[in-house]
Amino acid sequence: MSTEALLLSLRLSATVSILLLALALPLAYGLAFSTWRGKFLLESVVALPLVLPPTVLGFYALVAMGPRGPLGKLWQSLFSHPLAFTFTGLVLASMLYSLPFAVQPLVASFESLDRRLLDASAVLGADRARTFLRIILPLAWPGVLTALVLSFAHTLGEFGVVLMVGGNLPGITRTVSIDIYDRVQALDYTAAHQTALLLLLISFVVLSIVYGVNRRVWSPWPAK
Amino acid sequence: MLNVKIRKQFRSNGAQPFALDVAASFSPGFTVLFGPSGAGKSTLLDCIAGLQQPDSGEIRVGEKVFFDAAADLSIPPQRRELAYVFQSLALFPHLSVEQNIRYGLSRLSFSEQTERSITAAKSFRIEKLLSRRPAELSGGEKQRVALARALVTRPRVLLLDEPLTGLDSSLRRSILEDLHAWNGANRIPILYVTHNREEVDAIGERVVTLVNGRVQESGAPSAVLDAPRSVELAHAAGFENTLPAVVVEHRPADGVMRVSLDHAACEIEIPLGDAAPGSEVRVAIRAGDILVATELPHFLSARNILPGTLESLETRGTMVALRVKAGTIFQVHVTPGAVRALDLSPGLLVWLVIKTHSCHLVR
Repeated sequence: MSTEALLLSLRLSATVSILLLALALPLAYGLAFSTWRGKFLLESVVALPLVLPPTVLGFYALVAMGPRGPLGKLWQSLFSHPLAFTFTGLVLASMLYSLPFAVQPLVASFESLDRRLLDASAVLGADRARTFLRIILPLAWPGVLTALVLSFAHTLGEFGVVLMVGGNLPGITRTVSIDIYDRVQALDYTAAHQTALLLLLISFVVLSIVYGVNRRVWSPWPAK
Repeated sequence: MLNVKIRKQFRSNGAQPFALDVAASFSPGFTVLFGPSGAGKSTLLDCIAGLQQPDSGEIRVGEKVFFDAAADLSIPPQRRELAYVFQSLALFPHLSVEQNIRYGLSRLSFSEQTERSITAAKSFRIEKLLSRRPAELSGGEKQRVALARALVTRPRVLLLDEPLTGLDSSLRRSILEDLHAWNGANRIPILYVTHNREEVDAIGERVVTLVNGRVQESGAPSAVLDAPRSVELAHAAGFENTLPAVVVEHRPADGVMRVSLDHAACEIEIPLGDAAPGSEVRVAIRAGDILVATELPHFLSARNILPGTLESLETRGTMVALRVKAGTIFQVHVTPGAVRALDLSPGLLVWLVIKTHSCHLVR
Protein backbone atom coordinates (compact mmCIF):
# COMPACT_ATOMS: atom_id res chain seq x y z
CA MET A 1 0.00 0.00 0.00
CA SER A 2 1.26 3.44 -0.89
CA THR A 3 1.12 5.79 2.10
CA GLU A 4 2.31 8.63 -0.08
CA ALA A 5 -0.67 8.26 -2.41
CA LEU A 6 -3.11 7.97 0.50
CA LEU A 7 -1.75 11.09 2.21
CA LEU A 8 -1.93 12.98 -1.06
CA SER A 9 -5.53 11.92 -1.57
CA LEU A 10 -6.48 12.96 1.97
CA ARG A 11 -4.78 16.32 1.53
CA LEU A 12 -6.50 16.86 -1.81
CA SER A 13 -9.92 15.89 -0.41
CA ALA A 14 -9.57 18.13 2.64
CA THR A 15 -8.46 21.12 0.55
CA VAL A 16 -11.20 20.61 -2.01
CA SER A 17 -14.04 20.14 0.50
CA ILE A 18 -13.12 23.26 2.48
CA LEU A 19 -12.59 25.50 -0.57
CA LEU A 20 -15.72 24.08 -2.15
CA LEU A 21 -17.82 24.90 0.91
CA ALA A 22 -16.74 28.54 0.63
CA LEU A 23 -17.83 28.52 -3.02
CA ALA A 24 -20.97 26.45 -2.54
CA LEU A 25 -22.50 28.48 0.35
CA PRO A 26 -23.17 31.64 -1.70
CA LEU A 27 -24.07 29.57 -4.77
CA ALA A 28 -26.59 27.49 -2.82
CA TYR A 29 -27.99 30.62 -1.16
CA GLY A 30 -28.64 32.07 -4.60
CA LEU A 31 -30.18 28.87 -5.91
CA ALA A 32 -32.42 28.42 -2.87
CA PHE A 33 -33.67 31.98 -2.38
CA SER A 34 -33.37 33.88 -5.64
CA THR A 35 -36.50 34.35 -7.73
CA TRP A 36 -34.48 34.86 -10.89
CA ARG A 37 -36.18 33.14 -13.84
CA GLY A 38 -32.97 31.85 -15.43
CA LYS A 39 -32.08 30.01 -12.23
CA PHE A 40 -32.60 26.63 -13.92
CA LEU A 41 -29.60 27.33 -16.18
CA LEU A 42 -27.32 27.73 -13.18
CA GLU A 43 -28.85 24.60 -11.64
CA SER A 44 -28.01 22.67 -14.82
CA VAL A 45 -24.43 23.91 -14.87
CA VAL A 46 -23.96 22.93 -11.23
CA ALA A 47 -25.39 19.46 -11.87
CA LEU A 48 -23.37 18.84 -15.07
CA PRO A 49 -20.53 16.95 -13.34
CA LEU A 50 -23.13 14.43 -12.16
CA VAL A 51 -23.88 13.25 -15.67
CA LEU A 52 -20.70 13.99 -17.64
CA PRO A 53 -18.11 11.23 -17.93
CA PRO A 54 -15.15 12.28 -15.76
CA THR A 55 -12.94 12.02 -18.82
CA VAL A 56 -15.00 14.67 -20.62
CA LEU A 57 -14.80 16.97 -17.60
CA GLY A 58 -11.09 16.19 -17.25
CA PHE A 59 -10.51 16.80 -20.94
CA TYR A 60 -12.01 20.31 -20.84
CA ALA A 61 -10.26 21.07 -17.57
CA LEU A 62 -6.97 20.00 -19.15
CA VAL A 63 -7.57 22.13 -22.25
CA ALA A 64 -8.40 25.15 -20.08
CA MET A 65 -5.41 24.63 -17.80
CA GLY A 66 -2.92 23.72 -20.49
CA PRO A 67 -0.19 26.19 -21.49
CA ARG A 68 -2.39 27.43 -24.35
CA GLY A 69 -5.71 27.36 -22.43
CA PRO A 70 -7.13 30.58 -20.96
CA LEU A 71 -6.73 29.47 -17.36
CA GLY A 72 -3.28 28.02 -17.95
CA LYS A 73 -2.09 31.22 -19.65
CA LEU A 74 -3.43 33.38 -16.85
CA TRP A 75 -1.81 31.17 -14.25
CA GLN A 76 1.51 31.16 -16.06
CA SER A 77 1.56 34.97 -16.28
CA LEU A 78 0.61 35.36 -12.61
CA PHE A 79 2.77 32.72 -10.96
CA SER A 80 5.23 31.88 -13.78
CA HIS A 81 4.66 28.13 -13.56
CA PRO A 82 2.13 25.94 -15.37
CA LEU A 83 -1.17 24.81 -13.87
CA ALA A 84 -1.70 21.43 -15.52
CA PHE A 85 -0.11 18.42 -13.81
CA THR A 86 0.24 20.28 -10.48
CA PHE A 87 -1.50 19.83 -7.15
CA THR A 88 -3.26 23.22 -7.55
CA GLY A 89 -4.54 22.18 -10.97
CA LEU A 90 -5.83 19.00 -9.42
CA VAL A 91 -7.60 20.98 -6.69
CA LEU A 92 -9.34 23.21 -9.25
CA ALA A 93 -10.47 20.30 -11.42
CA SER A 94 -11.64 18.35 -8.37
CA MET A 95 -13.65 21.33 -7.15
CA LEU A 96 -15.47 21.39 -10.46
CA TYR A 97 -15.98 17.65 -10.35
CA SER A 98 -17.40 17.61 -6.79
CA LEU A 99 -19.40 20.84 -7.09
CA PRO A 100 -22.89 19.25 -7.18
CA PHE A 101 -22.06 17.18 -4.10
CA ALA A 102 -21.41 20.36 -2.14
CA VAL A 103 -24.18 22.52 -3.61
CA GLN A 104 -27.12 20.15 -3.62
CA PRO A 105 -27.21 19.23 0.10
CA LEU A 106 -26.92 22.95 0.91
CA VAL A 107 -29.76 23.92 -1.44
CA ALA A 108 -31.91 21.13 -0.04
CA SER A 109 -31.35 22.18 3.55
CA PHE A 110 -31.82 25.90 2.77
CA GLU A 111 -35.04 25.16 0.93
CA SER A 112 -36.41 23.05 3.75
CA LEU A 113 -36.12 25.99 6.19
CA ASP A 114 -39.39 27.56 7.29
CA ARG A 115 -39.53 30.81 5.28
CA ARG A 116 -41.46 32.46 8.06
CA LEU A 117 -38.33 32.25 10.25
CA LEU A 118 -36.50 34.35 7.67
CA ASP A 119 -39.47 36.75 7.47
CA ALA A 120 -39.49 37.00 11.26
CA SER A 121 -35.77 37.78 11.26
CA ALA A 122 -36.26 40.53 8.65
CA VAL A 123 -39.18 42.11 10.49
CA LEU A 124 -37.08 42.06 13.68
CA GLY A 125 -34.55 44.26 11.87
CA ALA A 126 -31.87 41.75 10.85
CA ASP A 127 -30.18 42.33 7.49
CA ARG A 128 -29.43 39.44 5.14
CA ALA A 129 -25.96 38.76 6.53
CA ARG A 130 -27.26 38.55 10.11
CA THR A 131 -30.16 36.35 9.05
CA PHE A 132 -27.71 34.07 7.24
CA LEU A 133 -25.29 33.79 10.15
CA ARG A 134 -27.77 33.63 13.03
CA ILE A 135 -30.71 31.74 11.50
CA ILE A 136 -29.96 30.02 8.20
CA LEU A 137 -26.52 28.57 8.92
CA PRO A 138 -27.25 27.17 12.40
CA LEU A 139 -30.50 25.59 11.23
CA ALA A 140 -28.96 24.20 8.04
CA TRP A 141 -25.89 22.69 9.70
CA PRO A 142 -26.76 19.08 8.79
CA GLY A 143 -26.69 20.23 5.17
CA VAL A 144 -23.34 21.93 5.69
CA LEU A 145 -21.90 18.78 7.23
CA THR A 146 -23.33 16.65 4.44
CA ALA A 147 -21.83 18.96 1.82
CA LEU A 148 -18.40 18.80 3.48
CA VAL A 149 -18.40 15.05 3.90
CA LEU A 150 -19.83 14.19 0.49
CA SER A 151 -17.38 16.41 -1.39
CA PHE A 152 -14.55 14.96 0.69
CA ALA A 153 -15.60 11.39 -0.07
CA HIS A 154 -16.30 12.07 -3.71
CA THR A 155 -12.91 13.72 -4.24
CA LEU A 156 -11.20 10.86 -2.44
CA GLY A 157 -12.61 8.38 -4.93
CA GLU A 158 -12.15 10.27 -8.21
CA PHE A 159 -10.12 8.72 -11.00
CA GLY A 160 -10.89 9.95 -14.47
CA VAL A 161 -10.51 13.67 -13.84
CA VAL A 162 -7.28 13.15 -11.92
CA LEU A 163 -5.81 11.04 -14.65
CA MET A 164 -6.69 13.61 -17.33
CA VAL A 165 -5.57 16.72 -15.47
CA GLY A 166 -2.95 15.45 -13.06
CA GLY A 167 -1.42 12.51 -14.77
CA ASN A 168 0.51 10.17 -12.53
CA LEU A 169 3.28 12.03 -10.70
CA PRO A 170 4.15 10.36 -7.38
CA GLY A 171 3.64 12.71 -4.43
CA ILE A 172 2.13 15.43 -6.62
CA THR A 173 -0.82 14.01 -8.52
CA ARG A 174 -0.69 10.26 -7.95
CA THR A 175 -3.81 9.66 -5.81
CA VAL A 176 -5.01 6.40 -4.24
CA SER A 177 -7.36 5.47 -7.04
CA ILE A 178 -4.56 5.85 -9.59
CA ASP A 179 -2.27 3.90 -7.32
CA ILE A 180 -4.80 1.04 -7.27
CA TYR A 181 -5.06 1.13 -11.06
CA ASP A 182 -1.27 0.98 -11.41
CA ARG A 183 -0.99 -1.96 -9.02
CA VAL A 184 -3.61 -3.89 -10.95
CA GLN A 185 -1.81 -3.12 -14.22
CA ALA A 186 1.35 -4.48 -12.59
CA LEU A 187 -0.61 -7.57 -11.43
CA ASP A 188 0.12 -6.71 -7.77
CA TYR A 189 -3.38 -7.64 -6.57
CA THR A 190 -2.45 -7.82 -2.88
CA ALA A 191 -1.30 -4.21 -2.68
CA ALA A 192 -4.26 -3.09 -4.82
CA HIS A 193 -6.65 -4.91 -2.50
CA GLN A 194 -5.18 -3.33 0.65
CA THR A 195 -5.66 0.18 -0.71
CA ALA A 196 -9.07 -0.63 -2.18
CA LEU A 197 -10.31 -2.05 1.11
CA LEU A 198 -9.09 1.00 3.01
CA LEU A 199 -10.90 3.28 0.57
CA LEU A 200 -14.05 1.20 0.91
CA LEU A 201 -13.91 1.48 4.70
CA ILE A 202 -13.30 5.22 4.66
CA SER A 203 -16.22 5.74 2.29
CA PHE A 204 -18.51 3.61 4.41
CA VAL A 205 -17.61 5.42 7.64
CA VAL A 206 -18.02 8.82 6.01
CA LEU A 207 -21.46 7.99 4.61
CA SER A 208 -22.54 6.48 7.93
CA ILE A 209 -21.71 9.80 9.57
CA VAL A 210 -23.78 11.72 7.03
CA TYR A 211 -26.84 9.51 7.19
CA GLY A 212 -26.55 9.07 10.93
CA VAL A 213 -26.54 12.83 11.50
CA ASN A 214 -29.49 13.56 9.31
CA ARG A 215 -31.37 11.10 7.18
CA ARG A 216 -33.53 13.70 5.55
CA VAL A 217 -30.83 15.74 3.87
CA TRP A 218 -30.07 14.44 0.42
CA SER A 219 -30.53 10.80 1.16
CA PRO A 220 -31.39 8.34 -1.59
CA TRP A 221 -33.48 6.43 0.95
CA PRO A 222 -37.04 7.34 1.84
CA ALA A 223 -37.47 9.38 5.05
CA LYS A 224 -38.19 7.52 8.29
CA MET B 1 -52.67 56.12 12.22
CA LEU B 2 -51.88 53.47 9.59
CA ASN B 3 -53.11 54.30 6.09
CA VAL B 4 -53.22 51.57 3.48
CA LYS B 5 -54.31 51.98 -0.09
CA ILE B 6 -52.90 49.16 -2.18
CA ARG B 7 -53.63 46.83 -5.02
CA LYS B 8 -51.87 43.57 -5.77
CA GLN B 9 -52.84 41.23 -8.58
CA PHE B 10 -51.99 37.55 -8.34
CA ARG B 11 -51.47 35.60 -11.51
CA SER B 12 -54.06 32.91 -11.79
CA ASN B 13 -52.59 29.46 -11.97
CA GLY B 14 -55.69 27.58 -13.07
CA ALA B 15 -57.67 28.94 -10.15
CA GLN B 16 -59.70 32.15 -10.18
CA PRO B 17 -57.55 35.26 -10.50
CA PHE B 18 -57.24 37.03 -7.20
CA ALA B 19 -56.58 40.66 -6.48
CA LEU B 20 -56.01 42.32 -3.15
CA ASP B 21 -57.55 45.77 -3.36
CA VAL B 22 -57.69 47.50 -0.02
CA ALA B 23 -58.14 51.10 1.05
CA ALA B 24 -58.43 51.50 4.81
CA SER B 25 -57.19 53.51 7.75
CA PHE B 26 -56.34 51.91 11.06
CA SER B 27 -56.27 54.17 14.08
CA PRO B 28 -54.36 53.31 17.28
CA GLY B 29 -55.90 50.45 19.21
CA PHE B 30 -57.23 47.07 18.06
CA THR B 31 -58.76 46.51 14.67
CA VAL B 32 -59.90 42.98 13.96
CA LEU B 33 -59.44 41.81 10.36
CA PHE B 34 -62.15 39.27 9.84
CA GLY B 35 -62.96 37.21 6.79
CA PRO B 36 -63.15 33.73 5.29
CA SER B 37 -59.86 31.94 4.60
CA GLY B 38 -58.34 32.98 1.29
CA ALA B 39 -59.77 36.49 1.60
CA GLY B 40 -56.27 37.98 1.57
CA LYS B 41 -55.86 38.79 5.28
CA SER B 42 -52.31 37.42 5.61
CA THR B 43 -51.33 38.91 2.25
CA LEU B 44 -52.47 42.32 3.47
CA LEU B 45 -50.34 41.96 6.61
CA ASP B 46 -47.35 40.80 4.50
CA CYS B 47 -47.70 43.90 2.30
CA ILE B 48 -47.83 46.19 5.32
CA ALA B 49 -44.74 44.46 6.75
CA GLY B 50 -42.88 44.72 3.43
CA LEU B 51 -42.60 40.96 2.94
CA GLN B 52 -44.65 41.23 -0.25
CA GLN B 53 -44.78 44.14 -2.70
CA PRO B 54 -48.11 45.57 -3.84
CA ASP B 55 -48.39 46.51 -7.53
CA SER B 56 -49.64 49.98 -6.80
CA GLY B 57 -50.73 52.28 -4.03
CA GLU B 58 -49.32 53.62 -0.81
CA ILE B 59 -48.76 52.56 2.80
CA ARG B 60 -48.07 55.18 5.48
CA VAL B 61 -47.82 55.31 9.24
CA GLY B 62 -48.39 58.90 10.24
CA GLU B 63 -45.85 60.90 8.23
CA LYS B 64 -43.58 57.94 7.58
CA VAL B 65 -44.06 56.40 4.13
CA PHE B 66 -43.48 52.62 4.01
CA PHE B 67 -44.46 52.12 0.41
CA ASP B 68 -45.29 54.43 -2.47
CA ALA B 69 -45.56 52.84 -5.90
CA ALA B 70 -45.75 56.22 -7.66
CA ALA B 71 -42.42 57.31 -6.11
CA ASP B 72 -40.96 53.79 -6.60
CA LEU B 73 -40.31 53.69 -2.87
CA SER B 74 -40.44 50.63 -0.64
CA ILE B 75 -38.79 50.62 2.76
CA PRO B 76 -37.42 47.12 3.45
CA PRO B 77 -39.08 45.21 6.32
CA GLN B 78 -35.93 45.69 8.44
CA ARG B 79 -36.52 49.45 8.61
CA ARG B 80 -40.31 49.60 8.96
CA GLU B 81 -40.11 49.33 12.76
CA LEU B 82 -43.18 47.19 13.03
CA ALA B 83 -43.84 43.90 14.75
CA TYR B 84 -45.49 40.89 13.20
CA VAL B 85 -46.61 37.74 15.01
CA PHE B 86 -47.18 35.00 12.45
CA GLN B 87 -49.78 32.30 12.67
CA SER B 88 -46.95 29.76 13.00
CA LEU B 89 -45.27 32.15 15.52
CA ALA B 90 -41.90 31.47 13.83
CA LEU B 91 -39.90 31.30 17.05
CA PHE B 92 -36.25 30.54 16.26
CA PRO B 93 -36.01 26.89 17.35
CA HIS B 94 -32.26 26.90 18.00
CA LEU B 95 -32.32 29.98 20.26
CA SER B 96 -33.45 30.21 23.87
CA VAL B 97 -36.49 32.24 24.85
CA GLU B 98 -34.19 35.04 25.99
CA GLN B 99 -32.20 35.00 22.74
CA ASN B 100 -35.46 35.03 20.80
CA ILE B 101 -36.64 38.11 22.69
CA ARG B 102 -33.26 39.87 22.33
CA TYR B 103 -33.08 39.15 18.60
CA GLY B 104 -34.79 42.36 17.55
CA LEU B 105 -32.73 44.52 19.92
CA SER B 106 -29.28 44.06 18.36
CA ARG B 107 -28.82 47.83 17.92
CA LEU B 108 -29.05 48.44 21.67
CA SER B 109 -26.30 47.99 24.23
CA PHE B 110 -26.25 44.66 26.04
CA SER B 111 -27.50 46.11 29.33
CA GLU B 112 -30.38 47.87 27.57
CA GLN B 113 -31.24 44.61 25.80
CA THR B 114 -31.33 42.82 29.12
CA GLU B 115 -33.44 45.46 30.79
CA ARG B 116 -35.99 45.60 27.99
CA SER B 117 -36.26 41.86 27.49
CA ILE B 118 -36.81 41.26 31.20
CA THR B 119 -39.54 43.90 31.27
CA ALA B 120 -41.21 42.35 28.22
CA ALA B 121 -40.89 38.85 29.68
CA LYS B 122 -42.52 40.02 32.90
CA SER B 123 -45.41 41.72 31.16
CA PHE B 124 -46.19 38.45 29.36
CA ARG B 125 -45.39 36.34 32.44
CA ILE B 126 -42.61 34.27 30.88
CA GLU B 127 -39.69 35.47 33.02
CA LYS B 128 -39.22 31.94 34.39
CA LEU B 129 -38.84 30.45 30.90
CA LEU B 130 -35.96 32.58 29.62
CA SER B 131 -33.43 29.76 29.35
CA ARG B 132 -35.73 27.28 27.62
CA ARG B 133 -35.85 26.41 23.94
CA PRO B 134 -39.14 26.84 22.03
CA ALA B 135 -39.53 23.04 21.79
CA GLU B 136 -39.72 22.89 25.58
CA LEU B 137 -42.67 25.30 25.79
CA SER B 138 -46.41 24.68 25.83
CA GLY B 139 -48.63 26.20 23.15
CA GLY B 140 -49.68 29.12 25.31
CA GLU B 141 -46.11 29.81 26.44
CA LYS B 142 -44.93 29.90 22.82
CA GLN B 143 -47.60 32.44 22.00
CA ARG B 144 -46.53 34.61 24.93
CA VAL B 145 -42.88 34.42 23.83
CA ALA B 146 -43.82 35.39 20.27
CA LEU B 147 -45.77 38.40 21.58
CA ALA B 148 -42.93 39.45 23.90
CA ARG B 149 -40.36 39.10 21.08
CA ALA B 150 -42.52 41.29 18.83
CA LEU B 151 -43.41 43.99 21.36
CA VAL B 152 -39.99 44.37 22.99
CA THR B 153 -38.89 46.28 19.87
CA ARG B 154 -41.45 49.05 20.61
CA PRO B 155 -42.98 48.95 17.13
CA ARG B 156 -45.01 51.65 15.36
CA VAL B 157 -47.54 49.06 14.20
CA LEU B 158 -48.39 45.60 15.48
CA LEU B 159 -49.58 42.89 13.09
CA LEU B 160 -51.07 39.74 14.59
CA ASP B 161 -52.01 36.86 12.30
CA GLU B 162 -54.23 34.51 14.31
CA PRO B 163 -51.71 34.50 17.16
CA LEU B 164 -53.97 32.63 19.56
CA THR B 165 -55.34 29.77 17.46
CA GLY B 166 -55.35 26.40 19.10
CA LEU B 167 -55.50 27.74 22.66
CA ASP B 168 -58.37 26.99 24.99
CA SER B 169 -60.59 29.94 25.74
CA SER B 170 -59.42 30.66 29.31
CA LEU B 171 -55.76 30.78 28.23
CA ARG B 172 -56.74 32.93 25.27
CA ARG B 173 -58.60 35.33 27.52
CA SER B 174 -55.63 35.67 29.88
CA ILE B 175 -53.21 36.41 27.00
CA LEU B 176 -55.69 38.89 25.51
CA GLU B 177 -55.87 40.65 28.89
CA ASP B 178 -52.07 41.03 28.90
CA LEU B 179 -52.22 42.34 25.35
CA HIS B 180 -54.96 44.79 26.31
CA ALA B 181 -52.84 46.02 29.23
CA TRP B 182 -49.89 46.53 26.90
CA ASN B 183 -52.10 48.38 24.41
CA GLY B 184 -53.33 50.68 27.17
CA ALA B 185 -49.75 51.82 27.77
CA ASN B 186 -48.60 51.97 24.10
CA ARG B 187 -51.33 53.16 21.79
CA ILE B 188 -50.33 52.04 18.28
CA PRO B 189 -52.41 50.56 15.45
CA ILE B 190 -52.87 46.83 16.05
CA LEU B 191 -54.22 44.66 13.25
CA TYR B 192 -55.54 41.40 14.60
CA VAL B 193 -56.48 38.69 12.12
CA THR B 194 -58.85 36.04 13.36
CA HIS B 195 -61.89 34.11 12.34
CA ASN B 196 -62.76 33.17 15.88
CA ARG B 197 -65.91 34.95 16.94
CA GLU B 198 -65.03 34.72 20.63
CA GLU B 199 -61.72 36.54 20.05
CA VAL B 200 -63.53 39.23 18.08
CA ASP B 201 -65.85 39.85 21.02
CA ALA B 202 -62.99 39.81 23.54
CA ILE B 203 -60.95 42.35 21.56
CA GLY B 204 -63.91 44.46 20.73
CA GLU B 205 -63.05 47.83 19.38
CA ARG B 206 -63.47 47.60 15.60
CA VAL B 207 -63.91 45.00 12.90
CA VAL B 208 -62.93 45.31 9.25
CA THR B 209 -64.18 42.47 7.09
CA LEU B 210 -62.19 41.32 4.09
CA VAL B 211 -63.87 39.21 1.39
CA ASN B 212 -62.18 38.25 -1.91
CA GLY B 213 -59.38 40.74 -1.33
CA ARG B 214 -61.66 43.71 -0.65
CA VAL B 215 -62.83 45.46 2.47
CA GLN B 216 -66.50 44.76 2.72
CA GLU B 217 -67.60 46.37 5.95
CA SER B 218 -66.19 47.99 9.00
CA GLY B 219 -67.66 48.94 12.33
CA ALA B 220 -68.45 47.57 15.75
CA PRO B 221 -68.22 43.75 15.95
CA SER B 222 -71.89 43.28 16.80
CA ALA B 223 -73.07 45.45 13.90
CA VAL B 224 -70.81 43.79 11.36
CA LEU B 225 -70.85 40.15 12.39
CA ASP B 226 -74.39 39.68 13.70
CA ALA B 227 -75.86 40.94 10.46
CA PRO B 228 -73.35 40.04 7.75
CA ARG B 229 -74.22 41.38 4.35
CA SER B 230 -72.48 38.81 2.15
CA VAL B 231 -72.71 35.04 1.89
CA GLU B 232 -68.94 34.52 2.32
CA LEU B 233 -68.94 36.64 5.44
CA ALA B 234 -72.06 34.94 6.76
CA HIS B 235 -70.28 31.58 6.47
CA ALA B 236 -67.16 32.94 8.15
CA ALA B 237 -69.21 34.53 10.91
CA GLY B 238 -70.83 31.18 11.69
CA PHE B 239 -74.12 31.32 9.84
CA GLU B 240 -74.64 27.71 8.79
CA ASN B 241 -77.74 28.44 6.70
CA THR B 242 -77.47 30.83 3.75
CA LEU B 243 -80.59 30.05 1.77
CA PRO B 244 -81.41 31.36 -1.73
CA ALA B 245 -84.68 33.32 -1.61
CA VAL B 246 -86.90 35.63 -3.66
CA VAL B 247 -88.55 38.69 -2.11
CA VAL B 248 -92.34 38.28 -2.32
CA GLU B 249 -93.71 41.43 -0.70
CA HIS B 250 -92.80 44.30 1.65
CA ARG B 251 -94.87 45.03 4.75
CA PRO B 252 -93.42 48.36 5.84
CA ALA B 253 -96.02 48.88 8.56
CA ASP B 254 -94.74 45.76 10.37
CA GLY B 255 -91.08 46.41 9.42
CA VAL B 256 -90.87 43.04 7.72
CA MET B 257 -90.94 41.44 4.29
CA ARG B 258 -91.90 37.99 3.09
CA VAL B 259 -89.50 35.90 1.05
CA SER B 260 -90.01 32.53 -0.60
CA LEU B 261 -87.31 29.91 -0.22
CA ASP B 262 -86.10 27.44 -2.78
CA HIS B 263 -88.47 28.06 -5.70
CA ALA B 264 -91.49 28.92 -3.59
CA ALA B 265 -91.39 25.69 -1.61
CA CYS B 266 -92.09 27.72 1.55
CA GLU B 267 -92.32 31.32 2.70
CA ILE B 268 -90.79 33.04 5.72
CA GLU B 269 -90.88 36.52 7.21
CA ILE B 270 -87.63 38.46 7.64
CA PRO B 271 -86.79 42.03 8.73
CA LEU B 272 -87.44 44.63 6.05
CA GLY B 273 -84.32 45.16 3.92
CA ASP B 274 -83.38 47.11 0.81
CA ALA B 275 -84.32 44.47 -1.74
CA ALA B 276 -87.26 45.08 -4.10
CA PRO B 277 -90.01 42.49 -4.48
CA GLY B 278 -89.03 39.94 -7.09
CA SER B 279 -85.29 40.33 -6.45
CA GLU B 280 -83.13 37.34 -5.61
CA VAL B 281 -81.42 37.46 -2.22
CA ARG B 282 -80.07 35.10 0.42
CA VAL B 283 -81.23 34.64 3.97
CA ALA B 284 -78.65 33.77 6.63
CA ILE B 285 -79.80 31.95 9.77
CA ARG B 286 -77.58 30.49 12.51
CA ALA B 287 -78.22 26.78 13.03
CA GLY B 288 -78.40 27.47 16.77
CA ASP B 289 -81.15 30.08 16.33
CA ILE B 290 -83.69 27.58 15.01
CA LEU B 291 -86.01 25.76 17.45
CA VAL B 292 -87.39 22.28 16.85
CA ALA B 293 -90.87 21.11 17.98
CA THR B 294 -92.43 17.70 17.52
CA GLU B 295 -95.97 19.10 17.64
CA LEU B 296 -97.34 22.22 15.99
CA PRO B 297 -96.63 24.91 18.59
CA HIS B 298 -99.34 27.40 19.54
CA PHE B 299 -99.30 30.79 21.30
CA LEU B 300 -95.77 31.67 20.15
CA SER B 301 -94.43 35.08 19.18
CA ALA B 302 -92.17 33.59 16.49
CA ARG B 303 -93.55 34.33 13.05
CA ASN B 304 -91.99 31.47 11.11
CA ILE B 305 -93.22 27.96 11.89
CA LEU B 306 -92.39 25.48 9.12
CA PRO B 307 -93.37 21.79 8.94
CA GLY B 308 -90.55 19.48 7.87
CA THR B 309 -88.96 16.06 8.03
CA LEU B 310 -85.88 15.25 10.07
CA GLU B 311 -83.43 13.73 7.59
CA SER B 312 -80.35 13.03 9.68
CA LEU B 313 -78.63 13.62 13.02
CA GLU B 314 -74.92 13.93 13.61
CA THR B 315 -73.34 14.32 17.04
CA ARG B 316 -70.45 16.81 17.11
CA GLY B 317 -69.03 16.99 20.61
CA THR B 318 -71.69 18.45 22.90
CA MET B 319 -73.90 19.50 20.02
CA VAL B 320 -76.13 17.58 17.62
CA ALA B 321 -76.39 18.83 14.03
CA LEU B 322 -79.76 18.11 12.41
CA ARG B 323 -80.65 18.25 8.74
CA VAL B 324 -84.32 19.10 8.33
CA LYS B 325 -86.15 19.26 5.01
CA ALA B 326 -88.80 21.96 5.34
CA GLY B 327 -89.24 23.12 1.77
CA THR B 328 -85.48 23.52 1.62
CA ILE B 329 -82.76 21.91 3.76
CA PHE B 330 -82.11 23.63 7.11
CA GLN B 331 -79.11 23.00 9.39
CA VAL B 332 -80.26 23.02 13.00
CA HIS B 333 -78.10 22.67 16.13
CA VAL B 334 -79.61 21.27 19.33
CA THR B 335 -78.23 19.74 22.54
CA PRO B 336 -78.03 15.97 23.10
CA GLY B 337 -80.58 16.49 25.93
CA ALA B 338 -83.08 17.94 23.44
CA VAL B 339 -82.59 14.93 21.17
CA ARG B 340 -83.43 12.60 24.10
CA ALA B 341 -86.37 14.67 25.40
CA LEU B 342 -88.01 14.89 21.97
CA ASP B 343 -86.91 11.39 20.96
CA LEU B 344 -85.58 12.76 17.67
CA SER B 345 -84.80 10.21 14.96
CA PRO B 346 -84.55 10.30 11.15
CA GLY B 347 -87.92 10.38 9.36
CA LEU B 348 -89.71 12.17 12.20
CA LEU B 349 -92.10 15.00 11.32
CA VAL B 350 -91.03 18.21 13.08
CA TRP B 351 -91.78 21.92 13.10
CA LEU B 352 -89.01 24.50 12.79
CA VAL B 353 -89.53 27.74 14.70
CA ILE B 354 -87.54 30.78 13.53
CA LYS B 355 -87.83 34.31 14.89
CA THR B 356 -88.07 37.03 12.27
CA HIS B 357 -84.99 38.79 13.66
CA SER B 358 -82.90 35.61 13.51
CA CYS B 359 -83.11 35.91 9.73
CA HIS B 360 -80.56 38.19 8.00
CA LEU B 361 -80.65 39.44 4.47
CA VAL B 362 -77.32 38.85 2.68
CA ARG B 363 -76.14 39.11 -0.91
